[in-house]
Amino acid sequence: MYLTSGAEATVKLEDGIIIKERVPKSYRVRELDERIRKERTKAEARLLSEARRAGVPTPVIYDIENSTIKMQYLDGTAMKYVIDEKLSEQIGILIADLHGAGIVHGDLTTSNLILFNDRVYMIDFGLSFFDSSTEARGVDVHVLFQTFESTHKDHEKLIEAFCRGYRQDFEQADEVLERVKDIEKRGRYA
Amino acid sequence: MKGTVLGIEGTAWNLSAAIVNENDVIAEVSDMYRPPTGGIHPREAAQHHAKYASYVVRGVLEEAKKNGVDASQIDAISFSQGPGLGACLRTVATAARMLAISLDVPLVGVNHCLAHVEVGRWKTPATDPVTLYVSGANSQVLAYRMGRYRVFGETLDIGLGNAFDKFARSAGLGHPGGPQIEQFARNAANYIPLPYVVKGMDLSFSGLSTAATEALKKHSMEDVCYSFQETAFAMVVEVTERALAHTGKNEVLLAGGVGANMRLREMLEIMCTERGASFYVPEKRFMGDNGAMIAYLGLLMYDSGNVIDVENSHVNPNFRPDEVDVTWLSEDLEEGRQRCI
Repeated sequence: MYLTSGAEATVKLEDGIIIKERVPKSYRVRELDERIRKERTKAEARLLSEARRAGVPTPVIYDIENSTIKMQYLDGTAMKYVIDEKLSEQIGILIADLHGAGIVHGDLTTSNLILFNDRVYMIDFGLSFFDSSTEARGVDVHVLFQTFESTHKDHEKLIEAFCRGYRQDFEQADEVLERVKDIEKRGRYA
Repeated sequence: MKGTVLGIEGTAWNLSAAIVNENDVIAEVSDMYRPPTGGIHPREAAQHHAKYASYVVRGVLEEAKKNGVDASQIDAISFSQGPGLGACLRTVATAARMLAISLDVPLVGVNHCLAHVEVGRWKTPATDPVTLYVSGANSQVLAYRMGRYRVFGETLDIGLGNAFDKFARSAGLGHPGGPQIEQFARNAANYIPLPYVVKGMDLSFSGLSTAATEALKKHSMEDVCYSFQETAFAMVVEVTERALAHTGKNEVLLAGGVGANMRLREMLEIMCTERGASFYVPEKRFMGDNGAMIAYLGLLMYDSGNVIDVENSHVNPNFRPDEVDVTWLSEDLEEGRQRCI
């Protein structure tokens, strides 16, 4: 069963396991295509594990092969259906942990945060990268705020709660949240 | 849409004036700054523009007259307000202000990047595309969303054309580098791995250009040119595809001088076909910098009341396309369109 099919990869559920495969792109030369898919798959797996080491719950990886990752299926609920202020604050804490570990998720949406066994899990590290700059962190948070705004009525309260969590134990939090305002004004990454 | 607008382009090497109405380009006269060696020298380009400004303006007015449009019928003057080389922008802005005052018509300050997009929408069937704009100085992926053209991805350092030029200069090829690189690439035998730098939706070309230059020590010109092209184009096509997936749009428009490259077109065509999207390329005269695109966006803006006073017509060398409130597109363009989450 195919769960999603994005610009880069397909995700399917087979025998209770998630199989994420980066699909070949015929517009680029084969050598380059294989290199990119392999490198990114490896990087994604590494970022998933690094994130978990930093205290961010992520799916467990079972196997990596060329451009395919087999990982744990989280039979939970996407955050977009259940989010409230309490969860948003928890998300703030998680992302502070992630950013504190030098990782930027790159695609933070309420669909990539899953509530499973009463814990918030972060999935899809396909666009993630190592970066400790205020700009990259700011864009990360900005993208999440945008999904709040476009899908949740009480988004202001969710943002407030998020900031509470994000500030709790992260030294650079204020700097990042200040940058988020700048990024909003620029109107980028909309 | 009604009106006739005279527009002047001069952000870099090409000085070009054109007169358009909603139907077509009525007249266009250009004069290119051609450096004796190497790339653009900003001051000399500006001096060229100053020297030939009256020539292109007089020329375009004469040509329009032959085509039945008199100077008295011009409703507004538009000019490239940025982004571009400061000295060139100031020269062209001065010419535009003088014309607006002497003809007693409003002045329109145009964003150069958006002019590339709009002329493409005018001259191809594209209606609401993701635009890949690749030129010497600029490399951006743009799409319209909620009242503005948003930048979905862009270069973090130099433009793709500039990366080609830098490489060409150190490889002893002439300027501009793109056409010669394309020529050499046709006879290549091997792909050499070069740095592929896509960060999220953004691109970086300067390291690629340096690595290509280094690779020349060990590999043939043909193989290096080929690998440079393949790597750089794969990067921009990937970001364009991501923008398509992200916005849910189904058209791609190619703009800018690098768009002349046939391999780039082929790669975009393949990507679009596989995604079920349409791919559009305007004819060559509307791809590189041209006066018609400035006149046309000038017309759209004039028509929607988007004019400026001479006092507020400062140029902006770093003018971002996403700073511009799009007054000329109706909201129905994005009806039924929502961000896919």
